Amino acid sequence: MINKIARSVAEALAGVRDGATVLIGGFGTAGIPDELIDGLIEQGAKDLTVVNNNAGNGDTGLAALFKTGRVRKVICSFPRQTDSHVFDALYRSGKLELELVPQGNLAERIRAAGAGIGAFFSPTGFGTELALNPDGTSRETRHINGRDYVLEMPIYGDVALIKAERGDRWGNLIYRKAARNFGPVMATAAKHTVATVHEIAELGEMDPEHIVTPGIFVHQIVKIDRVATQSGGLKVTA
Amino acid sequence: MSYQKRSRDQLAARVAQDIPEGATVNLGIGMPTSVANHIPADREVLLQSENGILGMGPAPAEGDEDFDLINAGKQPVTLLPGGSYFHHADSFAMMRGGHLDICVLGAFQVSSTGDLANWSTGEPGAIPAVGGAMDLAIGAKQTWVMMDLLTKKGDSKVVAACTYPLTGIGCVKRIYSELATLACTPQGLRLIDKVDGLDHAELEKLIGLPIAA
Repeated sequence: MINKIARSVAEALAGVRDGATVLIGGFGTAGIPDELIDGLIEQGAKDLTVVNNNAGNGDTGLAALFKTGRVRKVICSFPRQTDSHVFDALYRSGKLELELVPQGNLAERIRAAGAGIGAFFSPTGFGTELALNPDGTSRETRHINGRDYVLEMPIYGDVALIKAERGDRWGNLIYRKAARNFGPVMATAAKHTVATVHEIAELGEMDPEHIVTPGIFVHQIVKIDRVATQSGGLKVTA
Repeated sequence: MSYQKRSRDQLAARVAQDIPEGATVNLGIGMPTSVANHIPADREVLLQSENGILGMGPAPAEGDEDFDLINAGKQPVTLLPGGSYFHHADSFAMMRGGHLDICVLGAFQVSSTGDLANWSTGEPGAIPAVGGAMDLAIGAKQTWVMMDLLTKKGDSKVVAACTYPLTGIGCVKRIYSELATLACTPQGLRLIDKVDGLDHAELEKLIGLPIAA
């Protein structure tokens, strides 16, 4: 019998190794798998690369993970938030490496990894600083049908931690509102995808027409209690 | 002759006036968000939010906030009947794939030929953050900028060449500002309209660039 329901967060995260690339879903605070991040802190894996749209806020969740000093690098599109002080301090002191990626390229690079695409040409970022290698040289570009593109490489995850609403023992998932965001894409791109759900359904109970992530992309699901999603804001940039 | 600047509301209304019936639009964080409040009630316009919402509605009543339903600025919003949710790769396919009619963004600088700088001032020690700005700028069928023409110090934000880090090249079609609406073309700026009482020559002097009538 296939049963992807883990008994605990600890069980679902037991295999996370030092040096792993961890894809973490969520945009702002919607869809952030807080319980799995707390579990990762407890689990203790270090030298991690974290991929998320943001870089944490306040002192909990991602920010708390960064505070442990076990994250080497963050790949994200928007680290600056109203209260991203943990990231800000680590970044400024050089203790945390940042790879800044335009949000659509971030999503598509993860999608490419999950879809077996070796690399792809994106028009986003052409002619900007974000089309440069860390050493300042330009990444490969190409002019195709009158438009300029930059070569983008896939982002493969060793682990994906995502938050869904409902799942079953085959790993099928549905999400809630805009908390879906990166979840379905990240689920496809990791060797080991763990999803939290608020409800576990019997097989067949979820309408197959409504399943967003088919269970093939999910390895473990953990049921957690529903807690209110907190607000989080952006710093004014202008 | 004296002239009155457009207020923030008047500017938002001016942008909204040009959004046609049936358009799908992404409004950037900050000033552009206010355009939604000025879309005429008899015009059906679909708002897209980068975090996976099409058919976004206004802010909920106090007490009805749902933080699983937020906009790109992380503020609670609502979904209109007919609206939909989707994942991030689909959301950015809507932009990059040219499915979005218009995006309205803020800017630090815009060049006369439509280069955009709106994500970084390149200040040392600043935390860089780009979000969806680069995808939106080059992806929407039309990118409009909504901004004040001058900085607080009185420098023009419309420039011959951007000095701040670029967001996209030649991507801005129009600039909506407190004094004038300008088109950016490969040949440079062209006037669409200006506030009453402002001379063409005076506007050119403020910006420091020629503007075709």
